[in-house]
Amino acid sequence: MAEKSKTLPLSKRGLNFEMFMWLVTRLTALAMYALILFAIIGALVMGARNQMNLADVLRWGFMPNSTHVQSTDVPDLAPWSTSLWRLAGSALVLVATAHGVHGLVAIADDYIVSPRGRGIVRFISIVFMLAMMGIGIYILWTS
Amino acid sequence: MGLKRNVSLATALRYKGQGPMLTFVLHRIGGLGMAVFVTLHILASFVGGDIGQFLNAIYENWAFQILVFFCALFHAINGLRITILDLFPKLLVHLREAVWVEWAVFIPIYGLAVFVILTTALGG
Repeated sequence: MAEKSKTLPLSKRGLNFEMFMWLVTRLTALAMYALILFAIIGALVMGARNQMNLADVLRWGFMPNSTHVQSTDVPDLAPWSTSLWRLAGSALVLVATAHGVHGLVAIADDYIVSPRGRGIVRFISIVFMLAMMGIGIYILWTS
Repeated sequence: MGLKRNVSLATALRYKGQGPMLTFVLHRIGGLGMAVFVTLHILASFVGGDIGQFLNAIYENWAFQILVFFCALFHAINGLRITILDLFPKLLVHLREAVWVEWAVFIPIYGLAVFVILTTALGG
């Protein structure tokens, strides 16, 4: 006999803030996979197969910033520093920072249980997240 | 109200969560590792100067790259397994098999990345 599923559909669980952030974590993860795949395919189209090794391609995939291919055999950085890649990098910074900071809050919640403590963690996390997003995007567009 | 656990550290370390528990722990370690790395990397790029160069020298070290690649690849591949199982809950009955598939995907990719990093570091 097939085991009966112990899970509830989303419609019966209700969509409160915690549930919303649970969903955001999954969706931002999917967005990151799509952006990383886009960057890796782009790298291969731009000649990575003959100019970069696997580790360099993965490094570019995790963050498509032209400084990440400086130490490879890529002869011209111009195609790697177009607005398209800066936009892709900016999108990756936004979703990765949101995903990562929420993950840090989830870990902190396992060890900090007082409402005041959790409030402080949330405030610091929001400030940290906005700062990292701003600095990250600034670097991408000025490097 | 403080945090109160009813299990000692020794008991916690003997917890028989097996494969899924191991991935849970490694996912957190990988996530924390990447959070520290990315934060320092962004700040080093922003600050520049001697501090930036010092931190970049650490990032370019092969041993550090092996560690960061473990964090990034394991977190990404384990996260994909979590996302698939969470978005398709009927697959949760195959959790342990999914963890084995995850290792089967992670080990060759990470192994190849480590091989490339080491051969490059050794001048191969």
